[in-house]
Amino acid sequence: MFKIVRKEEMSEGNVILNEIEAPLIAQKAKPGQFVILKANETGERIPLTMADTDPEKGTITVIYMVVGKSTALFKTLQVGDEYQDVIGPLGKPTHVEKVGTVVCVGGGTGIAVLHPITRAMKEAGNHVIAIIGARSKDLLILEDQMRAASSDLRVCTDDGSYGHHGFVTDVLKEVCEKEDVAQAVLIGPVPMMKFASLVTKEYNIPTLVSLNPIMVDGTGMCGGCRVTIGGKTKFACVDGPEFDGHQVDYDELMARLQAYCEQEKQCYEEFCTLEQA
Amino acid sequence: MAEEKEGKKKKTPRQSMPEQGPAVRAKNFDEVPFGYDEETAMLEASRCLQCKKPSCVEGCPVSVDIPAFIAKIKEGDFTGACRKLWERNALPAVCGRVCPQELQCEGKCIVGKKGDPVAIGNLERFAADWERHHGTGELPPIEEPTGKRVAVVGSGPSGLTVAGDLILKGHDVTVFEAFHLPGGVLIYGIPEFRLPKEIVGQEVNFLVRQGVNLETNQVVGRTVTIDELFEQGYDAVYLGVGAGLPRFLNIPGENLIGIYSANEYLTRSNLMKAYLFPKYDTPIIKGKNVVTLGAGNVAMDSARTALRLGAESSKIVYRRSRQEVPARSAEVHHAEEEGVEFHFLTNPVRFFGDEKNRLTGMECLQMELGEPDDSGRRRPLPIKGSEFKLECDLAIIAVGAGANPLLTQSTEGLKLNNWGYIITDPKTGKTSKKGVWAGGDIVTGAATVILAMGAGRQAADSIDDYLKWGW
Ligand SMILES: Cc1cc2nc3c(=O)[nH]c(=O)nc-3n(C[C@H](O)[C@H](O)[C@H](O)COP(=O)(O)OP(=O)(O)OC[C@H]3O[C@@H](n4cnc5c(N)ncnc54)[C@H](O)[C@@H]3O)c2cc1C
Ligand SMILES: Cc1cc2nc3c(=O)[nH]c(=O)nc-3n(C[C@H](O)[C@H](O)[C@H](O)COP(=O)(O)OP(=O)(O)OC[C@H]3O[C@@H](n4cnc5c(N)ncnc54)[C@H](O)[C@@H]3O)c2cc1C
Ligand code: SF4
Ligand code: SF4
Ligand code: FES
Repeated sequence: MFKIVRKEEMSEGNVILNEIEAPLIAQKAKPGQFVILKANETGERIPLTMADTDPEKGTITVIYMVVGKSTALFKTLQVGDEYQDVIGPLGKPTHVEKVGTVVCVGGGTGIAVLHPITRAMKEAGNHVIAIIGARSKDLLILEDQMRAASSDLRVCTDDGSYGHHGFVTDVLKEVCEKEDVAQAVLIGPVPMMKFASLVTKEYNIPTLVSLNPIMVDGTGMCGGCRVTIGGKTKFACVDGPEFDGHQVDYDELMARLQAYCEQEKQCYEEFCTLEQA
Repeated sequence: MAEEKEGKKKKTPRQSMPEQGPAVRAKNFDEVPFGYDEETAMLEASRCLQCKKPSCVEGCPVSVDIPAFIAKIKEGDFTGACRKLWERNALPAVCGRVCPQELQCEGKCIVGKKGDPVAIGNLERFAADWERHHGTGELPPIEEPTGKRVAVVGSGPSGLTVAGDLILKGHDVTVFEAFHLPGGVLIYGIPEFRLPKEIVGQEVNFLVRQGVNLETNQVVGRTVTIDELFEQGYDAVYLGVGAGLPRFLNIPGENLIGIYSANEYLTRSNLMKAYLFPKYDTPIIKGKNVVTLGAGNVAMDSARTALRLGAESSKIVYRRSRQEVPARSAEVHHAEEEGVEFHFLTNPVRFFGDEKNRLTGMECLQMELGEPDDSGRRRPLPIKGSEFKLECDLAIIAVGAGANPLLTQSTEGLKLNNWGYIITDPKTGKTSKKGVWAGGDIVTGAATVILAMGAGRQAADSIDDYLKWGW
């Protein structure tokens, strides 16, 4: 059993932070790796990237957006409650080295995933420009942490309620134009990664993205997480989750993420009705 | 003479097991056969000739003393029968249900030369079930603690066998399992209607009661490495991690929604209980027209699961002919009875999808048998211009499994063959790395439960020797 020792709500209660006791995983985990969590007996196995780890305290931190039944169920867990299963660390860690200027772009909860990578890039001696975006100011997460983790932080909102009015891709283009960027890391909703990759491609900047296909085991045994990279099938849980952003078939990934949308809706609605009752 | 003739006439026929009718069972996940009652079991046991040189035993990979356990059933000593089985086989309730008996013990039974062989598998299952339901649950005696620690990686039949053998010898045994539940293929692969999960749970519980430590959610190679296990003070490590890498066909359209590896399909249904969705949260695609590629046990399990999840048609597409079907004959028979259609000498070419990337059909090619190849099997060759379309909204790829590299690649000094399987000494299960043994599917490639257990037993003996005398 894996006890929750801290819980925070952000982004109007839609994004939740859980710090969880998992000493073995905390000791091993590196930036870019993820865990699979299962709340209870009947629960689904849900992959979430570790936003932070504390090896001394023996805890890991995940930050997730409530999008369906399983994440809504996670949200009902309070400090002191336990996840039945937490498995990890899974996936390959981010390759971090000193390359010069690195631009880290995050959208939505992707910022949570981006945060430890940004920090590691800066610790490796890179000049790190971070660009984060959200639909509006209230939905923006981890601004202070991202400021601390980077050398230079730019913020955008779709509605202009804060920072630059517009998409992260606009700011990214500006940065690519002005700076000599050696590496880009893009993490967020699939469309964001798709369009931001097109920008970095224009400037021939090596680009990493972190993919989030639907998973079951997370150990390369089911093939459910397969993605097409440069025309070849890869398993995101063991070959990734990070890949060359210029090689990813984003349209296939977007379609595959919809595989269960009807069943998920049914499951979520039943859960919400029960919650309210 | 006359007497003997008379005796022949009265010969007891092989006792069949009562089972759910095909129409009913194709709609539920309950076990298909009900099992023998005591009288039927004793009657079937009386068919055994108690051969002095029993050929059946030669057919059993772990040399179960078949005439001896059958004799006990005949006498009505069912506990005694089960104890006899346990001497060679730690999981008789499982093997009685899943061994390919027609190729092993029953295939060699002398009675089978002129008629139907003794139903050894059914009797094995009966004895084990009887003991589970009526036995005292008394634990076998455990030797004095040796102070030695053994780590078993993987809780499939192979790992469980090693754990069971070594705990009895007084060693301190811990099983590490990547999934949240123990049992390996017995839990995530083989469906409830063929092997009730309660049986696997009880077998594991039996080991835990004897003192085996069970650590689930431990992906060895990630959560902890083998070298770290030695640093933590383990004296020996057994790798029974199975052949957990799905094989795909590598044909166009294979990443459409509605195409699963059998591993994913069966894991969703069995381990995650997607067949009980939405009571359980994991969803599964329920196809109307389902095609399963392949014809092994895994394919039969997939095609029959599809029927139970509501498919209107469930087809098996196989590139070779009926003679080459590798599945247990009982499963093929059950699948046919339930309405699974078989398309032999048929090879998939490509998949088609709609604008939402959902599977709508596939193209196949008719094959014919050519000249025999090196293995003596007639090689299937495509017939030019024989392409045809098969409509389907769910396809399950069950064409075999490979070696999962997650653990082996994170372990230094472990010799692998060209396909990524671990190389071991065939007599002891020793790997090229000191203190490390391996067995089961990760050594042989996808094989059978009983072979994985046999390898486990062999390795356990060798590990015990090592812990007493050295490498
Ligand atoms: C490696 C990896 C790391 C991730 N890290 C984070 C993270 O740090 N924070 C975060 O908020 N989200 C993360 N995700 C996505 C997260 O796993 C899904 O949002 C979650 O599974 C949704 O479950 P649900 O039941 O609440 O929603 P559902 O109702 O099941 O689904 C809502 C949507 O989520 C997607 N989804 C469903 N099941 C899965 C699944 N098993 N894996 C991936 N996506 C799924 C589908 O696109 C679906 O349309 C990550 C995914 C992966 C693969
Ligand atoms: C659907 C299906 C039906 C079958 N039907 C039959 C049948 O009817 N008769 C028959 O005889 N055989 C059958 N087989 C084959 C048989 O099940 C296997 O040969 C047997 O289970 C192999 O046993 P094993 O112990 O080597 O591995 P497995 O049973 O595969 O167990 C390996 C275990 O190790 C775990 N593991 C893997 N990697 C790690 C890691 N890094 N760290 C920790 N744990 C890990 C896995 O999660 C798994 O639990 C079937 C197989 C399948 C898939
Ligand atoms: S273990 Fe399998 S092969 Fe051996 S006797 Fe039992 S059913 Fe037959
Ligand atoms: S070969 Fe057949 S008849 Fe002879 S001992 Fe074995 S089961 Fe009995
Ligand atoms: S999640 Fe099963 S192979 Fe990646």
